[in-house]
Amino acid sequence: MNGQIALKGSLRNSAEKEKPTAEKKAKWGYRHNGYYALKALLTISGFVAAIIINIVFPQKAAVEFKTYVINALGLSVTLNINDAYIFVLVALILIFTGAGIVSLKDKEKRKKFCKAAAFRFALGIALAVWDIGGTKLQVFAQPFFPGPAQVIEAYLADGEYVVQNTLYSLRLYAAGFSSGVLLGVGTGILIGWFPKVYYWVFPILKITGVVPAVAWMPFALTLLPNSFTAAVFLIVICAWFQIAFLTAQGIQSTPKQNYEAARILGSSQLGLIFNVAIPHAMPDIFTGISSANAMAFTTLVMSEMLGQPGGLGYYINQSKVWSAYYKVLAAIVIMAVLFSLINYLIGRIRKRALRWQEGVLKK
Amino acid sequence: MSSTISVNNVNRIYSDAEGNKVNALYNVDLDIRPGEFISIIGPSGCGKTTLLRLIAGLDKPQSGELTIDGSRINDVSPERGYVFQQGGLFPWLNVENNIAYGLKARKVYKKNKDKISRYISMVGLDGFEKSYPHQISGGMAQRVAIARALINEPKALLLDEPMGALDSFTRADLQDKILELWKENGITMILVTHDIDEAIYLSDRIVIMTPRPGKISKIIDVDLPRPRHRGGSEFLSMRKSILEHFELAQAQPQPEYMI
Ligand SMILES: Nc1ncnc2c1ncn2[C@@H]1O[C@H](COP(=O)(O)OP(=O)(O)OP(=O)(O)O)[C@@H](O)[C@H]1O
Ligand SMILES: [Mg+2]
Repeated sequence: MNGQIALKGSLRNSAEKEKPTAEKKAKWGYRHNGYYALKALLTISGFVAAIIINIVFPQKAAVEFKTYVINALGLSVTLNINDAYIFVLVALILIFTGAGIVSLKDKEKRKKFCKAAAFRFALGIALAVWDIGGTKLQVFAQPFFPGPAQVIEAYLADGEYVVQNTLYSLRLYAAGFSSGVLLGVGTGILIGWFPKVYYWVFPILKITGVVPAVAWMPFALTLLPNSFTAAVFLIVICAWFQIAFLTAQGIQSTPKQNYEAARILGSSQLGLIFNVAIPHAMPDIFTGISSANAMAFTTLVMSEMLGQPGGLGYYINQSKVWSAYYKVLAAIVIMAVLFSLINYLIGRIRKRALRWQEGVLKK
Repeated sequence: MSSTISVNNVNRIYSDAEGNKVNALYNVDLDIRPGEFISIIGPSGCGKTTLLRLIAGLDKPQSGELTIDGSRINDVSPERGYVFQQGGLFPWLNVENNIAYGLKARKVYKKNKDKISRYISMVGLDGFEKSYPHQISGGMAQRVAIARALINEPKALLLDEPMGALDSFTRADLQDKILELWKENGITMILVTHDIDEAIYLSDRIVIMTPRPGKISKIIDVDLPRPRHRGGSEFLSMRKSILEHFELAQAQPQPEYMI
């Protein structure tokens, strides 16, 4: 008893002794406030440099800086496209400063923020180089490689139209991909669970699955009531095959012992499907969803380019006809951001659903 | 609470990859009394797991019959809890939900929710409710598996080398835990093990099996008072006689396909 008390006392003492020193002298690294401040400075200095270069560097090439009047939120602003570019840079600086402040309290976020600093700096510098090459000197072949200010011009000139087309793409994607996931998981479960279904359906899936979805476009366009449903159909089949394939595989690879354990514990047949096979297949289902997602983007844009009355692919096609390559680039930028966001969202859902795997797999 | 299990003249023949017949169980007879702690020991491949799976209802014999309280064992039942040799937990469920699985599967979860924390404490896993199977040690995982089986209040608990993969300290701990649970719950325990000391330490009776064909070669009554001491002279002499029995079995002529 005595010994225990003495031990506790000594433990507390040593903890007290170590704590203040540990707080005073955080090691040089992301925990250290000075280090963190330096990284924050590095993060924004690229964009600051881009602003300085935009202002200081002489405009050599003959570029028309159009002015647009923007009506938003009850305000009417007159904006030159070069000023709009500077606004975007300022906005980036504000966003990253905000991120730096938000991340201050969280250890993991702090680490991430510090890690991203060098890349964000490089991004600012790249924008500056693009500005010089594309706008200031126009050393790149025109009109294929416009400067950043011109890409932004597309949003100023076509603002509402771009939003419309983006929403059209999003609607198409949401309708097609969500039904594709549902159908894919559903058929995958049936194929994986019932040997009869496997026998009859799996070969069809295997053979038709290798055909790119857009190949069905002529049928889709003629047989379905309108072009929107035709595109939805194409996205559905491209997601469906991939997801069904992997879901079936996940269901079939469930160890026999898991079923046996569940049966002994009193599980019904339905319980075996929903509480054993499907949870076991979850990692495979998500692998299917992720890879189907990438294919769904391709199918989406292709079908928009080949026969839709709207969407970002349609906007690209239309702009190309007028050789408005800055608009093509503007649409590509939106796609990059939008699709990354969707990927990020799916990644978050996956991480939540597969929390039980954390630490099992190598990152 | 507990019940009589009898195994009558049971044969189980497997065919291996080349189509050869393997007599995993040959004319096995065994009567297990209610509330008894029985151990099955024997070298690898003598049919211990096969016998346990038959009692559980996971498998069926080619001939002979298994009964529990006089009625034939045809299928698995929550009345006969089972702990697998290893890896029996559901990796996608945390400790708490693994243990709750039986309640949910039998649709009695709402009424018995409060049982879960009791069973977690019973196997000494307080504080690990939210951990996933890969985050806990092998010994802890086996304790979860035991709690998961016991929450269904089975008449018998079948344990297939639950301590096979554990170091000797963890093993001794878990042995005491199992004894404690047995006394508290008054159920029949059927334990498969490789370990002679473990069998003597825990059981009322020890069933010794020998391979090719897998059969029961001897049943030994362990009438040592509890708690038992692993170093006691009676313990050691019992150990010696079991070892001698195995040596005798080894010395007998073996079929030519023996290694
Ligand atoms: N599903 C099966 N298919 C074919 N042969 C099997 C099967 N299961 C067991 N056997 C054979 O039956 C015999 C007994 O196997 P069993 O698993 O019961 O042995 P065991 O005593 O539990 O061994 P261990 O101590 O290694 O776990 C072995 O020869 C094994 O090869
Ligand atoms: Mg075995």
